[in-house]
Amino acid sequence: MELLYAITLGVLTTCGVYLLLRARTFTVILGLTLLSHAVNLYLFASGRLVAGAPAIVGLTERSADPLPQALVLTAIVIGFAMTAFVVVLALKAAVELRNDHVDGENPDEDRA
Amino acid sequence: MNHALILPILLPLITGAGQLLFYQAPFALQRLLGFASTFWLVLLGIWCLQIAGTGEHVLYHAGDWPAPFGIVLVLDRLSAIMLALTAVLGFCCLLYASSGSDTRGAHFHALFQFQLAGLNGAFLTGDLFNLFVFFEILLIASYALLLHGGGRARSRAGLHYVIINLVGSALFLIALGTLYGLTGTLNMADLAVRVAQAPPSDAPLLAAASLVLLVVFGVKAAILPLLFWLPRAYSAATAPVAALFAIMTKVGIYAILRVFLLVFALGETPVSETAWGWLWPLALLTLALGGIGVLGSNSLRTLTAYLVILSVGTLLATISLATEASLGAALFYLIHSTGMTAVFFLLADLLGQQREEGYDRFSATGPIGHRWLLGTLFFIAGIAMVGLPPFSGFVSKAWILQASAQEPQGFWLWGVLLAAALLTLIALSRTGSSWFWRPGEMDKPYPLERGPLTLVSLMVGLNGLLAVFGDPVMGYLELTAEQLLDPRAYIAAVLPEATAARQEISP
Repeated sequence: MELLYAITLGVLTTCGVYLLLRARTFTVILGLTLLSHAVNLYLFASGRLVAGAPAIVGLTERSADPLPQALVLTAIVIGFAMTAFVVVLALKAAVELRNDHVDGENPDEDRA
Repeated sequence: MNHALILPILLPLITGAGQLLFYQAPFALQRLLGFASTFWLVLLGIWCLQIAGTGEHVLYHAGDWPAPFGIVLVLDRLSAIMLALTAVLGFCCLLYASSGSDTRGAHFHALFQFQLAGLNGAFLTGDLFNLFVFFEILLIASYALLLHGGGRARSRAGLHYVIINLVGSALFLIALGTLYGLTGTLNMADLAVRVAQAPPSDAPLLAAASLVLLVVFGVKAAILPLLFWLPRAYSAATAPVAALFAIMTKVGIYAILRVFLLVFALGETPVSETAWGWLWPLALLTLALGGIGVLGSNSLRTLTAYLVILSVGTLLATISLATEASLGAALFYLIHSTGMTAVFFLLADLLGQQREEGYDRFSATGPIGHRWLLGTLFFIAGIAMVGLPPFSGFVSKAWILQASAQEPQGFWLWGVLLAAALLTLIALSRTGSSWFWRPGEMDKPYPLERGPLTLVSLMVGLNGLLAVFGDPVMGYLELTAEQLLDPRAYIAAVLPEATAARQEISP
């Protein structure tokens, strides 16, 4: 399970960083989303991965660490709000600047 | 337990929420609510300075949960200084905004209060994850405030600012996850104890986490490779918002102080040593770049944005000497530079409105109205900014130079700091002479609003007062530096039982 988890994290982060470095706002936002997924999974794993253990102490012999789950919940809510905001901002910028380049100007068009 | 300690967070939060709910009420009511809340924050700030001045760490346990398990707010001298500074600056910015620019968006006042809540929370919290949450609160308010007023330049700058800070947040969470995975706690005091006790095999991971945190705070504070978002964002914002943002880079510096002087500072070979090693050269380069940027700017707002960078460089270079004298000097400079960069953002707007063409751009050479009055104000503010006597810039720089003279690396700081001050002097005199002397008198000057003019003059006056009362202020700051360099007192205050237990085991 750990290996699969680690590979998933790696792939998500790689794709996220690659997309983040693209020049269009849409791909950058996709990259941010993937990166925040990877980060949330990473936070979750910081309490160690255990199977079949509830996050409540005393129900079973083993119990999972509940704190990272609370942290992830907070991080997901904040990340969700931020993504919604950046999508709206990117749309606003695309309408006002008439293109979706992250710098607000299209290098190819300006050169021509 | 003193419940008033949570008021600096709750008061603006509730006021802001109220302003959002009743946004259809007359605009004057929103302004009044904002003034009332911010005025109370100033009073609370003074109260905090007073109770923290006794040298004790004042605690607030949220929900009365004991320290490592519940969230704890800690007020020490440094937090109190930052709270008071934020409150005074916020009050001035709100007054300036109420001269007209706040009406350009419906929710300016609510956002302003949320920003203050986030800032105060970040300065008070004693928990690293809580610090992340308050960072997000202040950031999301600042995203919206930056866009206040609308326009293409703001959208463009806003996009960069938002994206780089979102990446910063992701990195912050990675560092937090690593720290939690290694130590099982995120309470700063508890973390400091566990980091010091960590087995040597964990050291590389801890160092990695500390460096990731340095990158995160570096984005906020604008250290050299991470500062290129700042000039565009700060020069695009409306004047009162940019003036409030003068405190935003200082949040990054506050976090650096907290984390590297407390969380990673204990143990035989403290984890923070790696980070200090990076901080010194980067800070000097930031300072140099700030000086060059000031000289190469094309508008007064961009120039001020580079002054912010210059102040960050000076602060971090002084802080990374990490002696009692240098920390005290750095804190004095922090108060001075926050106030003066805010004054210059407001001044750029004030002067720009009076110019015939070009707003605050240097390329425009048209005449300016009321040139004697405004010229005198600019001259005095310029003197205060560069750090000539009798203003507090001089006191703080003299103290920085004095504190660094005993250090082996101090030579470098002297050279770069004085050269940057010279470049600032040249840039400001060039601005002054080309705006006030060359173009001559304007035929029909625009009407001058008295309110903003008085406010900016008063802010410069406050800077002078800081120098007049330099002695008690310096005394307070010296004690603050002493407190900062003694992380054990902080830990003993937050975790009294754990500290007592350990002393019994190993006397």
